[in-house]
Amino acid sequence: MTPHMLTRSLDRGATIFLAVVAACGILIPLSNLLLPAGSFLQVPTYLVALWGKYVCYAILALSIDLIWGYCGILSLGHGAFFALGGYAMGMYLMRQIGSRGVYGNPILPDFMVFLNYSKLPWYWYGFDMFWFAALMVLIVPGLLAFCFGWLAFRSRVTGVYLSIITQAMTYALLLAFFRNDFGFGGNNGLTDFKDILGFNVQAEGTRAALFALSCLALIASFLICRAVVSSKLGKVLIAIRDAESRSRFLGYRVESYKLFVFTLSACMAGVAGALYVPQVGIINPSEFAPGNSIEAVIWVAVGGRGTLVGAALGAVVVNYAKTSFTSGMLAPYWLFMLGALFILVTLLLPKGIVGTFNAWWDQSKEKRTAETAASAAAEDGVTEPKMAE
Amino acid sequence: MPANLSARLYSLLLSLFLIAFALPAFAGPFEDAVAKFANDDYSDTEEAIGVVASSGNPLAFPIISALQDGRLMADPDSKKVYVTGADGKSIDAATGQPVASVPDSASAVRLNNRLRRSVDAAVGGLTLMSPDVTTRIQAAQSVFKSHEESALDAVNTALAKETNKTAKAALGDARAAIILFKPDATEVEKLEAVATIKAHGDQEALAMLTGMGDQPASVTKAAASAIASIQSSLALWSTVQNAWYGLSLGSVLLLAAIGLAITFGVMGVINMAHGEMVMIGAYTTFVVQEVIRTRYPGLFDYSLLIAAPLAFLVAGALGVVIERSIIRFLYGRPLETLLATWGLSLVLQQAVRTMFGPTNREVGNPSWMSGAFELGQITITYNRLWILVFTLAVFAILLAMLRYTALGLEMRAVTQNRRMAASMGIATSRVDALTFGLGSGIAGIAGVALSQIDNVSPNLGQSYIIDSFMVVVFGGVGNLWGTLVGAFTLGIANKFLEPVAGAVLGKIAILVLIILFIQKRPRGLFALKGRAVEA
Amino acid sequence: MNVMDTRATSAMLYLDGVHVSFDGFHAINNLSLTLEPGEMRAIIGPNGAGKTTMMDIITGKTKPDEGTVLFDGVTDLTRLDETRIAELGIGRKFQKPTVFESQTVQDNLLLALNVDHSVKGTLFWRGSRAESEQIDKVLETIRLTDARNRLAGSLSHGQKQWLEIGMLLAQDPKLLLVDEPVAGMTDVETHLTAELLKEINKTHTVMVVEHDMTFVRELGVKVTCLHEGTVLAEGTIDQVSSNERVIEVYLGR
Repeated sequence: MTPHMLTRSLDRGATIFLAVVAACGILIPLSNLLLPAGSFLQVPTYLVALWGKYVCYAILALSIDLIWGYCGILSLGHGAFFALGGYAMGMYLMRQIGSRGVYGNPILPDFMVFLNYSKLPWYWYGFDMFWFAALMVLIVPGLLAFCFGWLAFRSRVTGVYLSIITQAMTYALLLAFFRNDFGFGGNNGLTDFKDILGFNVQAEGTRAALFALSCLALIASFLICRAVVSSKLGKVLIAIRDAESRSRFLGYRVESYKLFVFTLSACMAGVAGALYVPQVGIINPSEFAPGNSIEAVIWVAVGGRGTLVGAALGAVVVNYAKTSFTSGMLAPYWLFMLGALFILVTLLLPKGIVGTFNAWWDQSKEKRTAETAASAAAEDGVTEPKMAE
Repeated sequence: MPANLSARLYSLLLSLFLIAFALPAFAGPFEDAVAKFANDDYSDTEEAIGVVASSGNPLAFPIISALQDGRLMADPDSKKVYVTGADGKSIDAATGQPVASVPDSASAVRLNNRLRRSVDAAVGGLTLMSPDVTTRIQAAQSVFKSHEESALDAVNTALAKETNKTAKAALGDARAAIILFKPDATEVEKLEAVATIKAHGDQEALAMLTGMGDQPASVTKAAASAIASIQSSLALWSTVQNAWYGLSLGSVLLLAAIGLAITFGVMGVINMAHGEMVMIGAYTTFVVQEVIRTRYPGLFDYSLLIAAPLAFLVAGALGVVIERSIIRFLYGRPLETLLATWGLSLVLQQAVRTMFGPTNREVGNPSWMSGAFELGQITITYNRLWILVFTLAVFAILLAMLRYTALGLEMRAVTQNRRMAASMGIATSRVDALTFGLGSGIAGIAGVALSQIDNVSPNLGQSYIIDSFMVVVFGGVGNLWGTLVGAFTLGIANKFLEPVAGAVLGKIAILVLIILFIQKRPRGLFALKGRAVEA
Repeated sequence: MNVMDTRATSAMLYLDGVHVSFDGFHAINNLSLTLEPGEMRAIIGPNGAGKTTMMDIITGKTKPDEGTVLFDGVTDLTRLDETRIAELGIGRKFQKPTVFESQTVQDNLLLALNVDHSVKGTLFWRGSRAESEQIDKVLETIRLTDARNRLAGSLSHGQKQWLEIGMLLAQDPKLLLVDEPVAGMTDVETHLTAELLKEINKTHTVMVVEHDMTFVRELGVKVTCLHEGTVLAEGTIDQVSSNERVIEVYLGR
């Protein structure tokens, strides 16, 4: 009986989640655009951008939950896929600046002129076309994840070893992107974007549209994740998470499963990064910092891993807290709080918010059913209620 | 060392000045020559340099060195020449009498490149006779570099008088350099000179031989073979240099990783706050030095000897607290341990930032760790050398501790079979706490050493954590020897890649190579095999 | 023997001269053993005799340093990995019952079913009537029909053992390797397990590793006694248990 209830409660959670995201995706942009500025219900533009950022983080959290929550792969380098997606979008946005840059070069972005590039590096070709950039947003992180995963999973690098080498991966990329001669703007990254698909990135309408699009992407990601985890493949993933070698002895090619889900997850992280960049207006190498990736993992842990809804919720809650604290007088204490959050969640709330709530809900429901059954049994005069084995 | 030397030179200059003041000036060719500086004519200036340098006048050195530094002021109207000292006071160049001020019409005597060379040579010649042996060697070396023909006589004179072996060799080199470029030197002399320069054998000698211009065929031939021999010896020395840098980096890596080899390698606990233990060790050193500086300045040279055990205790105690309050609840959940200890590292960093501020703190080198010495063509700094020695000592002590002490035996027992160890009466939880404390304490000691070569800031640990994990993973978990080999391999590989690929790309290449290596040998270089590994 | 023959042996499982050592410790030492199709064999031996390592070798978890391991007369198992060997039709039950604890009994069996195990196959999987019938049948055999929707982690120890045997049944391999199936079971459960294995043996080749002599006696099959990674004695349970060397090994000298 329990699993049915579990599925039902999850389904209800999923429905609520989708409804909330869809409502936000529609109402927030509408309120921002249609209501007069300063009115009580009007969402100011800076908040639209801020919440848009949270939504992108939620997609990143979903992608981490898919591999960590369901397949036991703890990636400490997912920030790298996020950043790569972001850079792909950033490159498109740079090319859109055209001759409006400080140096007015129609082809070369400002930083290349500054660094005396004579021509566009070959890997910047094609990024003036949106469809190409959009494709790269998926392909670049996906390909990296595929190659990395192919090497790692095939030789059965698991657990903390995998975590450490994913961290090394993002660290290596961090060092690489910091270099000026790498051709991605070095330290400063890519910024000063002008427009996207012909719309001014700073304009309220564009921001509202990007927000709505992010919500749509979150919904799509959620549905994809849900489709994956509720298929038989999802059961195999959980089997691999719980008893990897047992799954092998049943004839499952564990590395293929891990590779599939890792690559899928990296693509999702890439999409999140691509939506993030036009909303925050910059992408720089610090996005590759190992700390960012680990922070994203803690969002998932706070919300509850292996619940999907929890991952998204965790991303929003933790980042909301971060924004509130780091902008106030408590700013110096934020790192204490974040650190404490890591420790307390792992020690005291291992299932996260949603996981704990689900467990509590199931328990209380079971209790209620048992009580009803007991009272019904008593009325019937049957002395022995059905006991568990 | 360089600071030291310039101080000596400065004092020498000062004494020369004093001599100059003491002696009465006498009129003659010297004064006439000095006046020529005021003509603002390169050939006059050259002549003046020659006369002044060979005059034997005590003012010669102040004048020539002032000319070199652009402090020789000449007034074209009065034909008076002044030497302005570094302290702003001026003297009349011809008489050595102090003057109240240099007239506004005076300007610095101008030099061109050719003149600058003769000035350098003249300065060299003037100081070749200095009573101070270091100055003489320096002077000889500067003549060697300028190989100015005008210095030949001075060099010959000096060579005849010189008794110091090093100075004599330097003068010999200088003489050879001059002869090599002297158009009217005989072939035999030149061949001899090539041989001497070949023996000199460094980058400069190489440049000199390649750039010596037209020479008799036999000299060119000898030079070519000398070039080849110098090049191969330089290549050898650069390999030695890289190897030394690699050993040095390896010792730093080992130092940072060795504590991790205990907590991660032996206990299997992923401590992401390991780097912060290193940082705390470094800050302990800072505090110890602060106290010494304000209370017992005489003890400064012993500051590290005091800080090392203290850092071990502070970091070790903190480690025990961490194990008891956090880690022990997470045994068997490595991924959660990783997250919790990462959180801990944020807290520790922020705590240190709050207490000591976010900027770098000054940690000084005790005198026995400052300076450097030359070994053939390479320079070895004492702090790097001491760190290598220190690291190996820590490693040896740790190894001995694991092998010969009761705690070491218990630690190995608990790691190999926890349940069996418990049933044999070993208090496993006590051993866990002590093991973690030991690993953390060693990280603290590492911090003491790293404070000598790195910036002491709250981010100190962050820069080592990934490298340390790489070392342990590469070397093979659970094997201290693996950590040793891993650290030195990575250190040396990194330093040999650096000249080829550049520092950052070299580091990236190493990371990529490790990632590829782990694919091939997931358990590292020295992997344990068998069923015990499964857990 | 000549490995060049297309079919070197008629045996279902053929081990010859197998050696494995871990850091100088010889876990398996010149082990030779054959299992005929349709046979059930009981393997006994003291701790550290190499029973589990032998199973690791057969299932591809451990690679032998030398020796021949042939399956079905033709396939060299030493060159294949676990997944491939499982696909060939060798199923394994572990010493410690290993089921997927956070999934239901039914899902455990579903995962074990011998159907398309590729990523694509599972992603677009739609249950079929034949599959659910097979699961029902297995559930019946292992007496867990009532518990089909319970999480496997909530089962008792004995039930987990059975669920794992049930997963072997669902997998429907040619050769079953069963490691200590009755550890921690009550006498009644042990008896039922013996019955179950005998039933399974009617259609499958089985190798059982077990310490419980009563259980081995009840199976009534040929027994092989391992010691220090090599075969010490082989024969009926009475022959083996009266063998002097076996007695010496078990009772100490």
